[in-house]
Amino acid sequence: MEQLIQQLVNGVSLGSIYALIALGYTMVYGIVKLINFAHGDVFMVGAFIGFYSITVLDLGFLPSLLLAMTTCAIFGVLIERIAYKPLRNATRIAALITAIGVSLFIEYGMIYVRGAQPEAYPNNVVSIKSFEVFGIKISGQSLLILAVSIVLMILLQFIVHKTKIGKAMRAVSHDMDAAKLMGINVNNTISATFAIGSALAGAAGVVFGMYYTKIDPLMGIIPGLKAFVAAVLGGIGIIPGAMVGGLVLGVIESLVSAAGFSLWRDGVAFVVLILILIFRPSGLFGKNVKEKV
Amino acid sequence: MSRKKKLASIFASFMMAAGVLAGCGGAAGTSGGGEKGETIKIGANLELSGGVASYGQSIKEGIDLALEEINKEGIDGKKLELVAVDNKSEAPEAISGATKLVSQDKVVAIIGAATSGNTKAQIEIAQSNNIPLLTPTGTAADITVKDGKLNDFIFRTCFIDPFQGTVAANFAINDLNVKTAAIFIDSSSDYSKGLAESFKELFTKEGGQIVSEEAYVAKDTDFRAQLTNIKAKNPEFIFIPGYYEEVGLIIKQARELGISVPMMGADGWDSPKLVELAGADALNNTFITNHYSSGDSDPKVQEFVKAFKEKYKDKSPDAFNALGYDSAYFLADAIKRAGSSDPKKIQKALAETDGLELVTGKMKLDKDHNPIKAAVILEYKNGEQTFKTKITP
Repeated sequence: MEQLIQQLVNGVSLGSIYALIALGYTMVYGIVKLINFAHGDVFMVGAFIGFYSITVLDLGFLPSLLLAMTTCAIFGVLIERIAYKPLRNATRIAALITAIGVSLFIEYGMIYVRGAQPEAYPNNVVSIKSFEVFGIKISGQSLLILAVSIVLMILLQFIVHKTKIGKAMRAVSHDMDAAKLMGINVNNTISATFAIGSALAGAAGVVFGMYYTKIDPLMGIIPGLKAFVAAVLGGIGIIPGAMVGGLVLGVIESLVSAAGFSLWRDGVAFVVLILILIFRPSGLFGKNVKEKV
Repeated sequence: MSRKKKLASIFASFMMAAGVLAGCGGAAGTSGGGEKGETIKIGANLELSGGVASYGQSIKEGIDLALEEINKEGIDGKKLELVAVDNKSEAPEAISGATKLVSQDKVVAIIGAATSGNTKAQIEIAQSNNIPLLTPTGTAADITVKDGKLNDFIFRTCFIDPFQGTVAANFAINDLNVKTAAIFIDSSSDYSKGLAESFKELFTKEGGQIVSEEAYVAKDTDFRAQLTNIKAKNPEFIFIPGYYEEVGLIIKQARELGISVPMMGADGWDSPKLVELAGADALNNTFITNHYSSGDSDPKVQEFVKAFKEKYKDKSPDAFNALGYDSAYFLADAIKRAGSSDPKKIQKALAETDGLELVTGKMKLDKDHNPIKAAVILEYKNGEQTFKTKITP
């Protein structure tokens, strides 16, 4: 029993990172209907910015987190303006292929700039002790991850539902042309979406570095794909869905490992994707909308 | 261009030979005749540039130091001359280097290469020309024995991968006195699986019990689920034969989950990155097997460390330096016992090596040309490797 709860704790920590990345995926998809494959690499860039601001600039956890989020937000907007905006009216496959290209460009650009060797996050950035509850070991860092994720998620909900830009986002997501006719600046709204999504990915990168220590230029690929699965699982385009999808995926993975099939873990994540696509294509939270052809 | 180079190199070797002849002329006088003094040429085919240049350069530093010492006395009045070629860390270059050494320089034996792959590339040439090939650090088992058949001209100075597993099991049972162990392997690596296999075999034979076997694949970052499973089985010891990139994270996460038992691995852990990834505190109470330690109190090792530091500006010799050094002595010993520079006689003498005292331990070759010799156990203390003990099989 203790072991099971410990595995759930492990799963929730892993899942909150997936959730943070998945949020960005889902937001961008919700608005421009584009699977932004470069999102996992923005996450990687965030991890490196966090790393350098801790080691080189000697900043603490919170300033590093904010710096990484800001830089990633700008970076995300740049990606959108340079790579995606010219293709807004092109076919979806063209945009998708561009996204893959941007992803590879960021990965190997990073390798070109600093080499492929991994880097280790310093251990002493936040000193929260691990503690035990009924024989279950909960590390301070996993609580920190969960806390950061939940705070950012609440903030995101607030932005989307209570602010003007959030209203614009929802309008654009609903019907881009109609929104334009109503006088909403679609370009700025899309940029804001990319900025917020990328900032979340940057935050996830720093948190990942704190929790897992090792970062390298190709670290974004697998978490990026898993977050995509999480976004689809929750219903792509739906913000609470991404959160729940991430947590569910993290817990599923931990339970698969707990059952002794640790080598099947990644496989199971993608089996989940396939099953969702077959039986509930719109995801757990999705409404079944018939697409008009 | 290449013709000019060739001419130049022939000219250079003439000059060298002439110089050495002149030098030996005097020596021959004092030693009272015997064979006409000449040099014995040995080749070195090493990774002096390219991806794993640091391996090749370290080995060459060791060889250079050893030859300097050997040539103070010479072997029966003859000096050893090293002809080094750079294989650029690539197998095709290793092949052409070996061909050059054999056909052009007429060496009696070749030392090299550092990696198993580049060594395998030269096997065919060494075998068909009957020239002994001696790899200082090629640990793959199938270098000397391929498909059950012995490559009779191929030798090595290092022990092979599975041996480290045996040593670790030995250490766990006899020195740490543990009865139960967990194994956590990298299922994408033959190295890891080989070590785990040999560890398990000896550990269970000696009465120990493997209570948990978990696996991961290279590049994983989250090991908490598997470690939680391991923790539930309460092993007294965990064997993790992997590479430092993942092992660093495994150790860190294991300690966070409250697993405080000793953990052990092999030479794959040996990198400064391991300490950065795991953190010095988490690494306490962990051990590795390795070929050699500069902290070994054995007088032979300390003598070597001292000589090496004198020659190389206070640099502390690593395992590659030591194995390069030992390879030169291993070969020199065989040439001496063969009493001749005939490659076939040297091959025979190499194969008969028994009880040779080297820096990396007293060595005897088994029938598969694999050295039977001691391994050292190092313990991490506050992020530093410290010499723990030496295990002789």
